[in-house]
Amino acid sequence: MKKTIFLSVLLTLTIALSACSGDKADDSSKLDESSITIGIPQDIEDSLDPHKAVAAGTEEILFNIFEGLVKPDSDGNLVPAVASDYKIEDEGKTYTFYLREGIKFHDGTPVTVEDIKYSIERCADTSGEGTLLVSAFSNIESVEIVDEKTVSIHLNNADTDFLSELTSAVIPAWNEDPAGNPIGTGPYRYVSRVVQDSMQLQKFEEYWGTPANITNVTLKVIADSDMIVTNLKSGAIDMFCRISTDQANELAGTDFDVYEGTMNLVQAMYLNNAFEPFSDVRVRQALCYAVDPQAILDLAFDGKGTIIGSSMFPAFGKYYMPELSGAYAHDVEKAKALLAEAGYADGFSFAITVPSNYQQHVDTAQVIVEQLKEINVDASINLVEWETWVNDAYVGRQFEATVVGVDASTLSARALLERFNSDNSKNFINFNSAAYDEAYGAALVSTDDAEQTGYYKTCEQILSDEAANVYIQDMASLVALNNRYGGYVFYPMYVQDFAKLYLK
Amino acid sequence: MKYAGKKLVSMLVTLLIVSFLVFFAFAVIPGDAAVSKLGTQATPERIAALRAEMGLDRPFFVRYGDWLFSALRGDFGKSYSYGDSVSALIAQKLPITFALTLLSFLIMLVCAIPLGIYTAKHEGGMLDRIIMVVNQVIMAIPPFFSGIMITYLFGLILKWFQPGSFVSYTVSVGRFFHYLLFPAVAIAIPKAAMTVKLLRSSLLQEAKKDYVRTAYSKGNRTNGVLYRHVLKNAMIPVITFLAMTFTDMIAGSVIMEQVFSVAGMGRLLISSISSRDYPVVEAIIILLALIVVLANFAADLLCRVLDPRIRREV
Repeated sequence: MKKTIFLSVLLTLTIALSACSGDKADDSSKLDESSITIGIPQDIEDSLDPHKAVAAGTEEILFNIFEGLVKPDSDGNLVPAVASDYKIEDEGKTYTFYLREGIKFHDGTPVTVEDIKYSIERCADTSGEGTLLVSAFSNIESVEIVDEKTVSIHLNNADTDFLSELTSAVIPAWNEDPAGNPIGTGPYRYVSRVVQDSMQLQKFEEYWGTPANITNVTLKVIADSDMIVTNLKSGAIDMFCRISTDQANELAGTDFDVYEGTMNLVQAMYLNNAFEPFSDVRVRQALCYAVDPQAILDLAFDGKGTIIGSSMFPAFGKYYMPELSGAYAHDVEKAKALLAEAGYADGFSFAITVPSNYQQHVDTAQVIVEQLKEINVDASINLVEWETWVNDAYVGRQFEATVVGVDASTLSARALLERFNSDNSKNFINFNSAAYDEAYGAALVSTDDAEQTGYYKTCEQILSDEAANVYIQDMASLVALNNRYGGYVFYPMYVQDFAKLYLK
Repeated sequence: MKYAGKKLVSMLVTLLIVSFLVFFAFAVIPGDAAVSKLGTQATPERIAALRAEMGLDRPFFVRYGDWLFSALRGDFGKSYSYGDSVSALIAQKLPITFALTLLSFLIMLVCAIPLGIYTAKHEGGMLDRIIMVVNQVIMAIPPFFSGIMITYLFGLILKWFQPGSFVSYTVSVGRFFHYLLFPAVAIAIPKAAMTVKLLRSSLLQEAKKDYVRTAYSKGNRTNGVLYRHVLKNAMIPVITFLAMTFTDMIAGSVIMEQVFSVAGMGRLLISSISSRDYPVVEAIIILLALIVVLANFAADLLCRVLDPRIRREV
């Protein structure tokens, strides 16, 4: 009897487990000539409607589905997309676009000038019924259909930087459900999605430009970051962007190539300039001297990353000022002296609020806490959920210091510098400098490129001089891609270009 | 009849309280669906506009009342994150989590009941002692850890399955169950160990009672006594435990869905909590509460069948 029971248990287990090795043949579907499965850290939860999407993680995917009148290329230039050509008149008051010949939406219907007018007016909220979706569009006076191939955008005030805002997607005016049935003009078209699981994209055969190489792209949600490497190794996913240096090391010697680029984020310990000790510029400068970005890179990032000294990163080319990264060379004595001068010779304490889902920011904050101990400043880390961070710290401005990375939504220097204008609604650090407001205002109205760049640089210089934040780095971006594939390119923005990937 | 009526009322009250608590929790924690959706694009104007669009600008009790009346009519509203109806989302995800839970429960029963009986019958024997030590170790393993170990062993080394390549039952039922087997084992193992221990001690306790001696003195053989008398009585605490375990396993599958990248209800629940998508959270929590209540109810009924004394007491 006892043997029977024991054996039956064993037998059940054996059958149950051996059943598993049965259907491995299904793997063949993975080897389909042109398909790739890309892991993404979270599902798209804001919207598939390109005008309503706000999360960086959403926008980088929608980049493959939608295009604006112009679009960014991997070198940071704006190239014509839905428009085949454009001209800027009246010193930046009128922008005229010529519709690309034969361009079609994903369902095969031709793009018309009405669609362009509709898309721009929808974001500019000219009807006044919705919300302003692109803040720079508040400058639009009218959108004029000149003829069936030409559209002119008239601005209230001249703005030579306006072109970079026109990467905003062109969508069909007749689509009644842009979120449920996204239709664009990009190299990939949306096929289907399963909430919290995956999304299917397919190559758009009638794309106007260089077509995509891979036919089917599956985006698979990998919510547990601990499983990324396992899922890469098992072959369930072929690519994952922004892996950590630890994960990259784990992939050494496997079938994966790790590409290194930059994240295009300004990682800093952002200081609430309205909070008591930080309202004193000497205290902020003392923190800048006390924090050693190189040590942070070495300790938390395997030495990878680019040290920066203001709210600008190298990918922005002409606007970037590399010399600012050395403005506050690590100097504990100077930091102590500045603190003493400000009346904090015995130090003080404050809390660094960090969104807990960003391990890299948590790691950075931990190093900072240790470094600040040298100048008797007692910092503590306050881990919060991302939504809490957005609500309390970002929108509510209820924080003392916070370590995050700030990205740029367009290819214009404005995307990074706008928020430090004293009355800007996104000025979450409460930065307040009359000189800055003046320089930024001058940059906005300037119609000469060199002059405008000069003003933007003045802004960066002020942020550095005033020690608005403790600037750290533009983090390295590591991308794991199975070596069966090639063609991964980094952009100076937060986008992923699936169309350039190819099967070797 | 009176019993059923009482149960039904208490069930409804439980669900009402649960729904209120969830609503209340969402009113207390920072952020709402509008803030979550806008992220760093949030400006006071855009938040206000989106709140108005979502109806989040209305007072707490108005929103709760509105939600409650719709829910009573069977309309759980729309998800803020996905725009789909909550019922449709859950209909899509419930079978996955239910299949996972049921599968783990079956695996647990298949492992635990025979082992429990075996070890009790051979108390103090070599195999019993070995099993009890192993049991003790397994009980101490947290489920997510067993999940990671199983992924590593069966996924990466033995390659019996491909971690991360979960397919829904709508695509292929065979591959669906094949994949779920592994998270199910991960959930079942620690629970099985607990059940073995409980069943064993319950059996041993029962075996010391007077009626067992009487049964032996009437000339019954060991197996006869064990299966006809002792097991039946020893099962009562075990069944209560199993009901609790079943509900526990649902919670376990929520964790395991993360580890094994299974897009079930647990994943939906977790992501909806963080995006403050309260219509989805409400519906899932109420569903889970309902399952808990029903599982306990089923355990109650089963115990009544096994032991007529319980029937008389109520």
